[in-house]
Amino acid sequence: MNYLVIIIGAVLVNNIVLMQFLGICPFLGVSKRLSTAIGMTGAVAFVMVLATIVTYLIQKYVLDSLGLAFLQTIAFILVIASLVQLVEIILKKVSPALYQALGIFLPLITTNCAILGVAILTIQKEFNLLEGVVYAIANAVGFGLALVLFAGIREHLDLQDVPKGLKGTPIALITAGILAMAFMGFSGLV
Amino acid sequence: MNQWKNFSKGFIKENPVFVLLLGMCPTLGVTSSAINGLGMGLATTFVLLMSNIVVSLVKNLIPEKVRIPSFIVIIAAFVTIVQLAMQAYLPSLYKSLGLFIPLIVVNCIVLGRAEAFASKNTLVSSAIDGVGIGLGFSFALVLLGSIREILGSGKIFNITLYSENYVTLLFVLAPGAFIVLGYLIAIINRIKKN
Amino acid sequence: MAKRESTFINMVVTLFLVTGIAAAGLGFVYDLTKGPIEVARLKAQSEAIKQVLPEFDTLGTSFKTLAEEGGDSLEFFPAYKNGRLVGTAVQTYTKKGFNGFISIMAGIDEAGNFSGYSVLEHEETPGLGSKMDVWFNNPEKPKQFVIGKNPNNTNFTVSKDGGDIDAITASTISSRAFLDALTRAYSSYEKNSDATSGLTGN
Repeated sequence: MNYLVIIIGAVLVNNIVLMQFLGICPFLGVSKRLSTAIGMTGAVAFVMVLATIVTYLIQKYVLDSLGLAFLQTIAFILVIASLVQLVEIILKKVSPALYQALGIFLPLITTNCAILGVAILTIQKEFNLLEGVVYAIANAVGFGLALVLFAGIREHLDLQDVPKGLKGTPIALITAGILAMAFMGFSGLV
Repeated sequence: MNQWKNFSKGFIKENPVFVLLLGMCPTLGVTSSAINGLGMGLATTFVLLMSNIVVSLVKNLIPEKVRIPSFIVIIAAFVTIVQLAMQAYLPSLYKSLGLFIPLIVVNCIVLGRAEAFASKNTLVSSAIDGVGIGLGFSFALVLLGSIREILGSGKIFNITLYSENYVTLLFVLAPGAFIVLGYLIAIINRIKKN
Repeated sequence: MAKRESTFINMVVTLFLVTGIAAAGLGFVYDLTKGPIEVARLKAQSEAIKQVLPEFDTLGTSFKTLAEEGGDSLEFFPAYKNGRLVGTAVQTYTKKGFNGFISIMAGIDEAGNFSGYSVLEHEETPGLGSKMDVWFNNPEKPKQFVIGKNPNNTNFTVSKDGGDIDAITASTISSRAFLDALTRAYSSYEKNSDATSGLTGN
């Protein structure tokens, strides 16, 4: 399959956050400041790519070959949870600077459904390993794009005179809706 | 806490979607129709009930440091049971909910209740809490799904209300999910204030 | 009862036990549901076949064939009435859908025309591409009706691309994908018509 199609599809057309509704919690939770949004994106990208590679290998060489495909959910979530722990420990030792930047986001990632979602989708779409990696990177970029755009808008939104009842989450959701509408303009690109 | 309050808190006061803002992914992802919302809500309720029961039973056997991983495994097991059962007995619903069934595992509501409630309370309260929160979640999903289905496809639970020529398609598409939920939360905030 | 202490042994044993019990329990449930899942799959399949073909009494043995190099295989289900072949259902697919994969059961009657279709699996946009299950099946709109036609007597591309079939409003991609799946079914049906005695692939 064409890598360009995978990339454009995942970043713009089927944006993981705005069109597929994966990773909404961090999207709403850490998008109040641009800097935290960028930090979160880094952590997600890191874990998403790693998790996709490891879960892909586990699916192909353990679950499929032993006929245990029904253990997929349980195996994948365990892999992701331990991967997050591992990344945290290694980062702390190897690169304290990076750990400083990403550390606080790592524990939140286990329950970020974008990671598990992309891992499962890679299997469902019958990608090979390289396509899976490209797909994971593209989704991480898509996640980052949505998050950064949204954080930029929200920083401005704070200064606006929003009707009282809509302050906080409601206006954030409506903004996200309008952003999703803008992304719908990309449909038909691939 | 009295058990009725324990049960009913999930509907408005501590509604996982409208008030606690948890489990947003399935909330937005599957509510293009009321029936999908109901299916997702009930599947999550089952997982919540079972994982709350098991967690409250084994809470003293599990060492502190491996609590979260153990809970995740317990939840994942029940999610897989739901997955297999739906594939066997409700294949068309399973198809339309798709990816969001295995993703119940990472629904913050389930782990949140196991961690915050079931690991500290008795079996009976935990079970009631699970059902209450689960039904509150289902209520939110059905409400959101109904509004989107009525506005976006002119139907409710697949019963046609008015002609497809007058629908606003936007509401069954992705942006509609965000916008309807935004206004619903604003309304619930208002109700809670009074 | 006091909480277990978090000693290393305790932690390992607990995690091991929890995972083991969960896996064993799931194995048991998997065994229980394996039958029903297969039954549900076959039932959906046979209902789709019944829906897309003219009336028949027995279904011949199905066979699979590769549609193209590197593609997935298509499954053929020949159907007979009183021992005579009345049509063939073809489980076909396309990967060109708006969200990728679409699986369709298409029926081809003895004259070699499409007798019906049923969309088995798709991820198209609700309200837009998802309308393909009724759009191409509407006898009141001859320009979007595919029944009774085949790619030899009709140009199976959307009118925007110079073809004879009107695309779903605002869903050209899904419509192209749909026609791609039908064309794939038809061309491999033609290719196989020699191999299966009794098929009249005109």
